[in-house]
Amino acid sequence: MIVLNGTGVFGGIAFGRLSFFQRNECKIRRRHVEDINRELSRFEKAKHTAVAQLQTLYEMALQEMGENHAMIFRIHQMMLEDPDFCKTVESIIKTRQVNAEFAVSETENHFRRMFSAMEDSYMRERAADVKDVSDRVLGILADSTGTARRYDEPVIVAADDLAPSETVQLDKSKVLAFVTRLGSQTSHTAILSRTRNIPAVIGLGDALKEEYNGRPAVVDGFSGRIYIEPDESTTAAMEQKKRKEEEKRSLLEQLKGLDNVTRDGRRILVCANISSESDVEAALQNDAQGVGLFRSEFLYLDREDYPSEEEQFRVYRSVAEKMAGKRVVIRTLDIGADKRSGYFGLPSEENPAMGYRAIRICLTRPDLFKTQLRAVYRASAFGNVAVLFPMVISVQEVRRAKTLAAQVRQELRKEGVPFSKKVELGVMIETPAAAVICDLLAREVDFFSIGTNDLIQYTLALDRQNRRLDPFYDPHHPAVLRLIRYVVERARQAGIWVSVCGELGADLSLTEAFLRMRLDELSVSPPCILALRKKIRETDLSKG
Amino acid sequence: MKEFTYVVTDPEGIHARPAGLLVKQANRFQSRITLHKEGKTADAKRIFAVMRLAVETGQPIVVTVEGEDEETAAAAMEAFLKANL
Repeated sequence: MIVLNGTGVFGGIAFGRLSFFQRNECKIRRRHVEDINRELSRFEKAKHTAVAQLQTLYEMALQEMGENHAMIFRIHQMMLEDPDFCKTVESIIKTRQVNAEFAVSETENHFRRMFSAMEDSYMRERAADVKDVSDRVLGILADSTGTARRYDEPVIVAADDLAPSETVQLDKSKVLAFVTRLGSQTSHTAILSRTRNIPAVIGLGDALKEEYNGRPAVVDGFSGRIYIEPDESTTAAMEQKKRKEEEKRSLLEQLKGLDNVTRDGRRILVCANISSESDVEAALQNDAQGVGLFRSEFLYLDREDYPSEEEQFRVYRSVAEKMAGKRVVIRTLDIGADKRSGYFGLPSEENPAMGYRAIRICLTRPDLFKTQLRAVYRASAFGNVAVLFPMVISVQEVRRAKTLAAQVRQELRKEGVPFSKKVELGVMIETPAAAVICDLLAREVDFFSIGTNDLIQYTLALDRQNRRLDPFYDPHHPAVLRLIRYVVERARQAGIWVSVCGELGADLSLTEAFLRMRLDELSVSPPCILALRKKIRETDLSKG
Repeated sequence: MKEFTYVVTDPEGIHARPAGLLVKQANRFQSRITLHKEGKTADAKRIFAVMRLAVETGQPIVVTVEGEDEETAAAAMEAFLKANL
């Protein structure tokens, strides 16, 4: 058995034989020509044919992958019709008295170099587009018909990388998986893999050898591994993984689009916890009814300096737009404790979990806080956005946070910057103090979100990072459950909505209890959403 | 001649797809439409030129429009940029 490591693009397991993608690479020879006009008209004709072919590909891609991805063929058309490109080809034919093939190939090299030299990695990859376009013209000049490749049986397609036109022309029913030597998350193979749910492993490098052609293999798109001639135990493990995945997917298919409602008609919102912009895709795939917790810390971590208002605005806006009117609760900066970043200049603390963190930082550094609030309010013009304040222990803190929010609104109004007037403000209930005075906090805000992870840690005085405490850890401790019940009851009395957004939200043994409390929302990580929906739909509160 | 400045807010800047849309839009008009960034210029009707300009998010570009239909072209280009980039 041979094991190769790459990057998984789309999760999924595929069993099959490896088949290397064959191209009709034509060798380009430089020929001296006497009849320059003949070469010019050959190029002109080939160009027209290529543009017409690209039109067909565009229409195919539009059907298969949508306008967004089909656009690449329009761009290929533009490249071919770009006067810069055409004039270069024509001038090489004229000045050097060479054949059209050689002139196209020279021009291709020139434009590829231009892209390869660019700083932006996305742009660098566009060199592949130049090659794809030029190869098409060269193929037409050589009179080789670019027909779709056909496989007799489904295979794992192996290649250096696949050009957009190649991926579109492949018969997808015969493709079990893609494995490539090159490629990145923005390459066409990766895009196709994600849009068509075909497992793929890219970036395998030279370890993917042509001699493996025809050998049986297993592709694990989750781990980014491929096993060539897998042994029995690997095959068995992969078969099991595949079965589990299929079960999950069929559950997803069955439950997608259904309501989160119990047998006796009690409804509850099930939303997603996300930590970055890219998690939105998973939230939508799993049918989240909103984002119940958007941890904004990722914007601040792993970097050298504070993120600008503009940068934050773009991210919040993008998430709000993608959620298309569904509520997105943005938790303001929760840095400190175990999440730290050098440029904040935070002093080291004896007991960081109880130290200078979250709202405590925000209230002592209002400039920092207001930058974030401005970004959130600006994003509110593009979707349904709410703000959640973390680590609150007093009414005073909430009032100060609200005052800063009011200042931000006033500034924006003065500057004529649009924002929604319906941005709800909420408090995270994650300290015992906040839970116990929640009736007072409820008068100040529009909603509560119960953060069970910290609430358990602070209520039980038990550090979750300390493995030796595991035997003492009881997430169902009556003290915790009583606090949650108390918070939900008080929120209902005050007429504000309340959500549970910690790990307990996904704990199926508590789902019925949460439903009985008349909790408004559960917010969990995206892969847990549909399992939770299943549980809710099986529950009957009229019994027992 | 008409001129206006626009700051690109699309997180990915003017990469391939929006560049394609921009070129398509620019080609609807007679006027000569030029993008200026940090001393470099690009003919907005040519895909390679626009892509080579490599405009990133947060960067301001100056757009100049010159020709018979410059009034409508400038207004349309500005609206296009606001809506797409």
